[in-house]
Amino acid sequence: MIEDWPLFFIDDGQYLVTTRENLAKERPIGIMYCDGRGMMQDRVTALRQAIVFEPHVYRHIVGSTVISPTEDGSYAAASNFHILRTGADGAVVTYGCGRYLDEIVWHRGEMRFRKRTVVLDSSRIDTLLVIPL
Amino acid sequence: MPGGRNSQRAWPDDGVTRVPYFVYEDAELYQEEQERIFRGPVWNYLGLEIEIPEPGDYITNHVGDTPVIVVRAEDGAIKAVVNRCAHKGSMICYQPSGHVTALTCPYHNWIYDFDGKLKSVAFRHGVRGQGGMPADFDLAEHSLVSLKVATIRGMIFGSFEPTVMPLEEFLGARLVTHVERTLNRPYRILGRCSQTMRCNWKLYAENSRDTYHPSLLHSFATMFKLNRLSAEGGIEMDEAGLHHLVFARRHTDNSSAEYDSAALRANEVGYALADPRLIEDWIEWDDGITNSIMTLFPCLNLQQSLNTVAVRQMVPRGPFESELFWTFLGFTEDDERKTRIRLRQSNLFGPAGFISLEDGAIGEFVQKAIRGEREQTTIIEMGGREVGPSPKTRTTETSVRGFWRTYRRFMNVAVGIPCQGSSMPQRARRSRSFSPDMPMRSTMI
Repeated sequence: MIEDWPLFFIDDGQYLVTTRENLAKERPIGIMYCDGRGMMQDRVTALRQAIVFEPHVYRHIVGSTVISPTEDGSYAAASNFHILRTGADGAVVTYGCGRYLDEIVWHRGEMRFRKRTVVLDSSRIDTLLVIPL
Repeated sequence: MPGGRNSQRAWPDDGVTRVPYFVYEDAELYQEEQERIFRGPVWNYLGLEIEIPEPGDYITNHVGDTPVIVVRAEDGAIKAVVNRCAHKGSMICYQPSGHVTALTCPYHNWIYDFDGKLKSVAFRHGVRGQGGMPADFDLAEHSLVSLKVATIRGMIFGSFEPTVMPLEEFLGARLVTHVERTLNRPYRILGRCSQTMRCNWKLYAENSRDTYHPSLLHSFATMFKLNRLSAEGGIEMDEAGLHHLVFARRHTDNSSAEYDSAALRANEVGYALADPRLIEDWIEWDDGITNSIMTLFPCLNLQQSLNTVAVRQMVPRGPFESELFWTFLGFTEDDERKTRIRLRQSNLFGPAGFISLEDGAIGEFVQKAIRGEREQTTIIEMGGREVGPSPKTRTTETSVRGFWRTYRRFMNVAVGIPCQGSSMPQRARRSRSFSPDMPMRSTMI
């Protein structure tokens, strides 16, 4: 359930979808930005109740994750992803590919994202982005 | 022939209140638009001066289908040439941006200066006395096609038409003032992206001029009183009606019966933002305007919505596809807090924007539904049947009619168009079907 998505983050966790180009040029604005779980919940509510879009689903193919501990006790993780979109008409297309750059921390005995940066290789979005990647 | 076969074929008699669906599909018309509009007497957006700060810096872009290079010359002037070698037609610059000392074609090393003049041809005199170009080959006859260039507040525009009117005149005094008002300080790029839309470019051109739809399609905006038509606002345009400015002052929205009682889908969801910092803003311009969208003919928007400043350029990609390029701006004077506010607000716009993402799909909804339709038309009558400013309300499609009036002028569509104040044509609509010997109507716009 998409409602579970914010629960993977700590309260002030950050979620950014950006592009390889914006990251390389140190441009802060990407495609989607949630500064805390509240904004993630607002994304979910809008998706469920407000926004008009043709139904579609994403299938994520995630490669091996490289995890390395950092000095503050958190973990840095990086994984490649390939996202396929299946649309209402049955068409299956590659929606995007790129890299997850994650900061993961222990939170009350669970591992949570402190930050997830979704770096798309392409700067071009196919039609729209409404479901978090 | 003026107007072309198609434009005679089925444009109905009802002026700018009707648009036949075939204009969104027709490949021949698309080619004609390239010539008459994009390569015609208009100013097309090419980029921002801050993207090419130093001599030799270049960016590439498209004017309609035509690829162009925009480069800063040694003297600081900005030049624009078609990105197509005069020799075999290869792209010269094949990266989105970069730095060069000359424009060198990768294929056979033909070298041009920044004005597009051919300076040298590899092996022009052959190798070891053998081969080479004919003796009468004249470099001066093989320049790149160049565009006229003009700028306003760091926005670069280009035109293929040497006799095009000056940019300021093309934009008109009202729009010039508002461009200057919006980009009133040094700015920088905060982010860039694009989105493909599976629709004809004119569907997005209409959408971005349609002040009737946002609070209905974009439910999110309405729920949070971000851009309801009950807020004070209106539409201004240049004298010729090519360009439009829609503006609103959000803090004047004291609600209205139409919104509060009507069964609008946009109103049905009564929820509050879990994190209202999403729309945290500050009044940044003295005029108190919280939303202003300028649409410049043919394909550019400059918007300020709350504290989001963005340039939107649409590039047609054939009759059935378009690509919309978003460039988000901030001001160089911004502190970290202001940048963070702009960053949060950026969720409202772009391909994932709460107030804009539906626009990526709605053109496709139309495109899918009109497929193959040769007779039927749209209806564009909200706010009347004329084209003109609408200082008190945005509940009108006047800007959409303005787009079509302009479009028809450029395309030389020979059908009577009512101007403001003139009497309306007959209401009994006859959808004129194609007849090869149908006479051209004499009423020109």
